Amino acid sequence: MSTVVKSPPKKKRFSRDMFERLTWVDLVLGALRIFIIVAVIVGSYNTITSDKYTVSQWVSLVMAGLAQGSIYSLIALGYTLVYGILLMINFAHGEVFMSGAFTAYFVASWTNHNGMLERMPVVSILLWMAVAALVSMGVAILLERVAYRPLRGAPRLVPLITAIGASFFLQYTFRGLYGSGFKSYPEVPMLKGTVSIGQFNIPLVQIVVIASALVLMLALYWLVERSKMGKAMRAVSEDKEVSKLMGIDIDKVIVFTFAIGGLLAGAAGVINGLYRPQGVNFFMGFFPGIKAFTAAVLGGIGSVPGAMLGGLFLGIIESVGPNLVLDGLGIPAANQLKDVIAFTMLVLVLIFRPQGIMGEKLKEEKA
Amino acid sequence: MNQSETLHWRSLVNAGLLAGVVVVYTGLIGMIEVFSARGIITGVISLAELLILAPPLIAGFVIARRTLKTSGVGRTVFNSIVVGLISSLLPILLIFIITFFDVRTNVNIRNMFVNASTDLVDLLTFGLGVGVGSLALMGAFAFMGILGGVMMLLPIRIRGAVMAGLAWTLSIGMLGDLVNQILRNLFGKAAGKAVFTKGALDPAPALVIFVVAALLTYLWSGQRDNVRARYNSMGSGGKTATQRIGGGLLAIFLLMLPWILGTYLSEVLSNIGLYVLMALGLNIAVGLAGLLDLGYVTNFAVGAYTMGVLTSTGPLGRLGLNFWMVLPIAVLAAMFTGFVLALPVLRMRGDYLAIATLGFGEIIRILALSDWLSPLIGGAQGVLFIPKPSIGGFVFDTPQSIYYIILFASFLMLFISLRLNNSRTGRKWMAMREDEDAAGAMGIDTTVAKLLAFTLSAASGGLAGAIFASKLGTIFPHSFSLLISINVLSIIIVGGMGSIPGVIVGAVVLIGMPELLREFSEFRLLLYGALLITMMLVRPEGLWPSAVRRRELAHDEAAAAAVGD
Repeated sequence: MSTVVKSPPKKKRFSRDMFERLTWVDLVLGALRIFIIVAVIVGSYNTITSDKYTVSQWVSLVMAGLAQGSIYSLIALGYTLVYGILLMINFAHGEVFMSGAFTAYFVASWTNHNGMLERMPVVSILLWMAVAALVSMGVAILLERVAYRPLRGAPRLVPLITAIGASFFLQYTFRGLYGSGFKSYPEVPMLKGTVSIGQFNIPLVQIVVIASALVLMLALYWLVERSKMGKAMRAVSEDKEVSKLMGIDIDKVIVFTFAIGGLLAGAAGVINGLYRPQGVNFFMGFFPGIKAFTAAVLGGIGSVPGAMLGGLFLGIIESVGPNLVLDGLGIPAANQLKDVIAFTMLVLVLIFRPQGIMGEKLKEEKA
Repeated sequence: MNQSETLHWRSLVNAGLLAGVVVVYTGLIGMIEVFSARGIITGVISLAELLILAPPLIAGFVIARRTLKTSGVGRTVFNSIVVGLISSLLPILLIFIITFFDVRTNVNIRNMFVNASTDLVDLLTFGLGVGVGSLALMGAFAFMGILGGVMMLLPIRIRGAVMAGLAWTLSIGMLGDLVNQILRNLFGKAAGKAVFTKGALDPAPALVIFVVAALLTYLWSGQRDNVRARYNSMGSGGKTATQRIGGGLLAIFLLMLPWILGTYLSEVLSNIGLYVLMALGLNIAVGLAGLLDLGYVTNFAVGAYTMGVLTSTGPLGRLGLNFWMVLPIAVLAAMFTGFVLALPVLRMRGDYLAIATLGFGEIIRILALSDWLSPLIGGAQGVLFIPKPSIGGFVFDTPQSIYYIILFASFLMLFISLRLNNSRTGRKWMAMREDEDAAGAMGIDTTVAKLLAFTLSAASGGLAGAIFASKLGTIFPHSFSLLISINVLSIIIVGGMGSIPGVIVGAVVLIGMPELLREFSEFRLLLYGALLITMMLVRPEGLWPSAVRRRELAHDEAAAAAVGD
């Protein structure tokens, strides 16, 4: 492994060395950075001073962002776990999410038709989740077995290309299986209504979404930090060779990692269905997938708490950003550009802080 | 290999079940049903039947190859029958499940699996009913297994001939519409009618094609080494002459192609040409410099919108320039965008670069759709009234004439690519692709090299986009989705990264096939996905370059001599 010192070393903030090493690319990137910061500040200032939105509107935006973000977090965990161990981006993870959500839709509409949803809503939703989690888990394990395992040790672009292929393969497989129409999860009567906290009214469904995502994340955190398998996972992500010498079955750990990631993604699919019932379709995994990846990078890829925070952070930015920044800059129909914010975020993080919020400085091989 | 009988049985069961899974899968995703409309040989076989029968055939062949290494002929035949029988189990199960749901219960399985219909059952049972049909399926699969096994047992020359014969017959049958059209254009309507009925081959011509192709292959396999040796023993002048004649014939062929093919197929050709252009461009970034760019559509969009806005005679038109004036502007605009978007990603490697460029592609598409920029570029309504290119009084308004523009552009790009390939810059890129750090240490300025790769690669995309806009006359943001990038990437990967002939063949196969076989177009991305995975697993270097390289090796001296001349 070659350790190459790349330009500028970050030891001292303002050394002469730094200025000497400054290239024009640094200057361009620096200018970009300043431009974005100025744009954000000006936009926010204009919006806040213009009193266009009330406090309760901001609160509802933030809560919506948190709910959406907690779904991103759940998916992001799948990326981060796999990246931590295999150093590869499982580009098809969005499709793992889709497979569970799409399949569970059929269970959901079944429970809706036979009245089970009305009689025992909690049991029904847990049933949906179980189905979604199982299907996603199966798809993730299959994916690892067929598409990724034979390529371990190949140059890094090779598994990425496979993953892109797998992503489209899965999308169109499910399109073939379940049809290309848009479907909607049934409405859950129990989740209608709002909860008042102080002076703010918050939709119950958002609270349920955030709470269930939190429960799952805590469970995962416990699994990774406390269980024996979690210990093995951490060991493998630290050093594959040595953990093999310690008697850890690497294949088993990797399969387990994919399984857990798939499980969380499937559960996220159902939670997503509770939050936004419409739009169940073979393509539904693609954008959440990329955004969850953004969240994972944002938090520091490979780090479990990072993915959780990154998801929530991205959700809030995506929800607040158009109104706060773009509105202030005088851009019409700012909400159309919600996805632009997410993607810009992705690019910016990759440029300026690839190690993320939580991540430590990555080793050259991981960066 | 004869460690234990159980291992042996296990591999039989695995292969059989796998073949069964493939059949069930193609059935459930609807491929079999869609393909049933396409006949290959009238009354003998349809594309759907080919799809159903191919997996057991392949399983039989594979198992026979494996068995033959350790056991005799009898055992081999036995094993291939068994594999055929096993592979029929899952499809039969599917038949029974669908029939059960159809007859016994009030649950409609098609609410979930939209393709699990009784039509599928009919296709799988060859229309013989569930009971007899299942037995027929079993018999057919066993027969296919045995056929695969026997194929393996044939002497290698005969096997090659039979396979070539089958391949030619089946391809001509599948591409019936295309061949039919060509026959009509060349020899009149009667010629087409004599060979084809409703796009499928008639049995007699099919037999003729099979025999001729098999015979020619058989003879060729005897003569191949001879011819090759004669070619190699030719003097350098002779070789150059041969190559020039070949090139000249190819050029004449390409120039005549639209008139042989007719209007619709020229349209297909133009699409292939545009993709060749883009693929050659992306090949610079991905194939040569190793920069996996998933946002290539950006350049295409910039080229198209520049052309649209600057030439449109509609309300959005700015200057009302003509096509030829805008063409260089569009290319420059795309190059500029490529350059600017390359700046932030210079420090990124591999997968991060891929995702960041993917982000750019999406940002551009969403911006093009947004109301914010719609006063400038039309938003969701797109840009309308883009005039066709014209010289003097001649307007390029037929697919045939547009084809020539695209052909010329492709040749230009091909020339540039070929020159770049062997240039100092090309070598810098390749060094950077192999190991960026080492290349940097060798004194290559990787920043400049990367910027150059992105900028040049963008030029070609911009050119394709500009021609595209003017060819269509209208552009919408929806035309610039990620799928374009994925299509182009698939072309490069299937063709072989960094290989220029591979790129062209890849474009012809991946873009041409789905256009010719409309049935495929529904499963286009499914097949691309499967192809990307298989290519990476089996041949990461691409299907074609290996053959090309082999040929290159044989021609190496000739090429060296030709350059020396």
